[in-house]
Amino acid sequence: MSPEDQSPVTRGAKFVGVLVALRAAARAVRGRAPGSPPPAPESDVDPSRRTVPANPRMEALVGVLLVAAAAFGFAFTVIYIVASANTQLLGIAMGGALCLLAVACIVAGKFVVPQETHVEERGPLLDEEQTEEVVTMVGEGGEGISRRALLVGAGGVAGVAVLTASAAPLASLGPTLNPLHQTPWARGVRLVDDQGRPFRAGDIHIGTFYTALPEGKDPESFGAGVLVVRLPAEFIQLPAARRDWAPDGILAYSKICPHAGCAISLYRYPTYAPTSQVPAFTCPCHYSTFLPGEGGRLVFGPAGRALPQLPLVVDGEGHLRAAAGFHEDIGPSWWGVHRAQS
Amino acid sequence: MNLIDRYAQRRFLRASRAAEQRVGLAGGIKWALRYVFPDHWSFLLGEIALYSFIVLVGTGIFLTLYYIPSDSLVIYHGSYPLLQGEQMSEAYRSVLNLSLSVPAGLLFRQVHHWAANVFIASIVLHLVRIFFTGAYRKPRDFNYFIGLTMLMLAILEGFAGYSLADDLLSGMGLAIAYSVAMSIPFVGAQLASLVWGGPFPGNSTFWPRLEIVHVLLIPAALAVLITLHLAMIMRQHHSQFPGPGRRERNVVGTPMWPAYALRSIGLLLAVAGVLFLLGGLVQINPIWQWGPFHPYLSENGAQPDWYIGWLIGALRLMPNWELVIAGRTVIPNPFWGGAAFPLFVFTVMFFWPALERRVTGDIRRHDLLERPRDRPMRTAVGAAFLSWVVIVFAVGSTDRIFYRLGVSYTTQIHVWRAGIWVLPLVVFFVTLSACRSLQRSGSHPLRAWQGNVVRRSADGRLEVLSDSPDRVVPPATEPPVGTVPGREFES
Repeated sequence: MSPEDQSPVTRGAKFVGVLVALRAAARAVRGRAPGSPPPAPESDVDPSRRTVPANPRMEALVGVLLVAAAAFGFAFTVIYIVASANTQLLGIAMGGALCLLAVACIVAGKFVVPQETHVEERGPLLDEEQTEEVVTMVGEGGEGISRRALLVGAGGVAGVAVLTASAAPLASLGPTLNPLHQTPWARGVRLVDDQGRPFRAGDIHIGTFYTALPEGKDPESFGAGVLVVRLPAEFIQLPAARRDWAPDGILAYSKICPHAGCAISLYRYPTYAPTSQVPAFTCPCHYSTFLPGEGGRLVFGPAGRALPQLPLVVDGEGHLRAAAGFHEDIGPSWWGVHRAQS
Repeated sequence: MNLIDRYAQRRFLRASRAAEQRVGLAGGIKWALRYVFPDHWSFLLGEIALYSFIVLVGTGIFLTLYYIPSDSLVIYHGSYPLLQGEQMSEAYRSVLNLSLSVPAGLLFRQVHHWAANVFIASIVLHLVRIFFTGAYRKPRDFNYFIGLTMLMLAILEGFAGYSLADDLLSGMGLAIAYSVAMSIPFVGAQLASLVWGGPFPGNSTFWPRLEIVHVLLIPAALAVLITLHLAMIMRQHHSQFPGPGRRERNVVGTPMWPAYALRSIGLLLAVAGVLFLLGGLVQINPIWQWGPFHPYLSENGAQPDWYIGWLIGALRLMPNWELVIAGRTVIPNPFWGGAAFPLFVFTVMFFWPALERRVTGDIRRHDLLERPRDRPMRTAVGAAFLSWVVIVFAVGSTDRIFYRLGVSYTTQIHVWRAGIWVLPLVVFFVTLSACRSLQRSGSHPLRAWQGNVVRRSADGRLEVLSDSPDRVVPPATEPPVGTVPGREFES
């Protein structure tokens, strides 16, 4: 039935139906008893009482517990002297002593000392008279001052100035932001492993990834680590501008995830072509997944940009070198991050 | 009273008089000894948090005497064979030595770590209790704000603490924290550079800064706030559940001296005892297994301490949205999950009391608590909000679920991106109707049996045996019905 076929009656009925449904939903949310709920029930029973247990058996139990706690306590010192490397025994001794003391206290608190239920009245928090007096007294401190606005204004300005002055040196905590755009990679820097041995093109095999660092540079700097993989030609579909970045099918990418700065350490390589997906890097922190064959394109996860690629060359001796530095910033994004041209 | 008791009493009096001649506090002490604590198990959650804090300070002092806040690279020659010859920071080496060479060092470090987890867990449970019983209402809203502030500080403190170790796991956490700081619109890079002293992993001033934050600035702030929190409670007295003799303007319970003091000291000792048993017997954060941190290394299946789980979950759940305008990255992705999400959660909690006052128009002072069922709307909204945060928290474990159960990680994320909005709605309506049906039935779901023990005498008359004022005495018009199955009472 198309809308034109509907008689006004049908449409009216539908409208009413919607209204009824809305009202039912509203009532379900508001509840069957609208308005403020009944006040909390107050009770006028007098619950005050005091009982003196006078329970020698419980007193004896507390005594036993205290002696046991003492034994555990002494045991800790002994264990500390003769077997200080035994964390388990130390823990049992100290934890046991404290737990036994705890039980002794709780048993004493519940069964040995007088048990009392006491009623205390709550006074009002707001005392109108006193509050007014305080306000008056504070106000009287300004008696006889005619240039109040001047003093308040100047005082405020002075306060802001002094606060700013004392906060300003915070800025000296941080250096300039220029290093954010720098990495140790530049044209000609050789790729080495964490022992400083240079990578040869022939060392890079299909199906696994290698972590490379820049030769002679600080390996602890954020941009130092790169991922190196070799892919068969069928998996490589680089953008036109990057055609010569992958000599012999060897590709290098920043190891630092452009999402939240973790080092990427998961590599997926198809082992059974018919069901597997293309090779991918995955960050173990938030599982952003990037395709090394497609210039580091993101296929899953929260990263806001592709994985930065490092152009490679193979030198005359067969060693891998950076053909240039990174063309974009590595690591997490910020206001001034240089993103890849796409 | 025997002779020794009389002698002890006399000595005590003399000592007290000597002290009083100098400080004159007897009036205050008398007041404190008679201070009344209402009894309810849920009131102990806050005390557990307080006592965990005491354990944290005690064990922390021990740890800080061994910790070296330095990123200088050193070669390890300590007692752990698998790391022999490894290059690592001096900070990491100092924690390794503290754990593996200092007598009882590992015990104290593990107790400290467990105490941190219990500290934040008990604060969260305390907050849940405060929320669902309406304890944040006037006059306790100020104290509720102090509590929320302490929760934020506690999370920061815990994170700073386990980051100090500079192991591989905590280094990854710091990299994420740095990225979240960087992601703050406009000023993120300045802020992160300010904190880290340069691009990640920062310069060598970062480690002393982190240590001072962890051992001085935040603990001092927490100590001040705890003092305020307790002072405010003492001024207003505890809230209490309705019950026999309980009214808005009184407080019924156990006076501080002697029974409550003994029980509370017992709780302090129990918290400390359990933490020492955990620290001694249950391994936590074995940093020697993670190895030293280098920015180019990470480990798989990494999970932070539990109270960071909700942020990991939010970072994982978030689609890859990044707001870029004219080549400027205005909102980098980690901002959503790492900053906006927790900010939103805390903002909602901070504004809740005012919001509720506006909706209900109730600006009166309240000292009697409400049962969750008696405020179905608050309970339902709270449960839905809580479930929303808990789902995000659970998403932080998606990789573990994949690893254990084989459910595809991507499928889980896609399901939860929808579930995060659907499930809280379901929770809302289920809670609402559960509250209303409980309100009508009057039954108590957590107590197996609530009724009266009755005795039937030879002439068939039923007599209620229990004389406890906590028992509900049924009205005379209705004969008491029901007995415990399998238990007969004969005259």
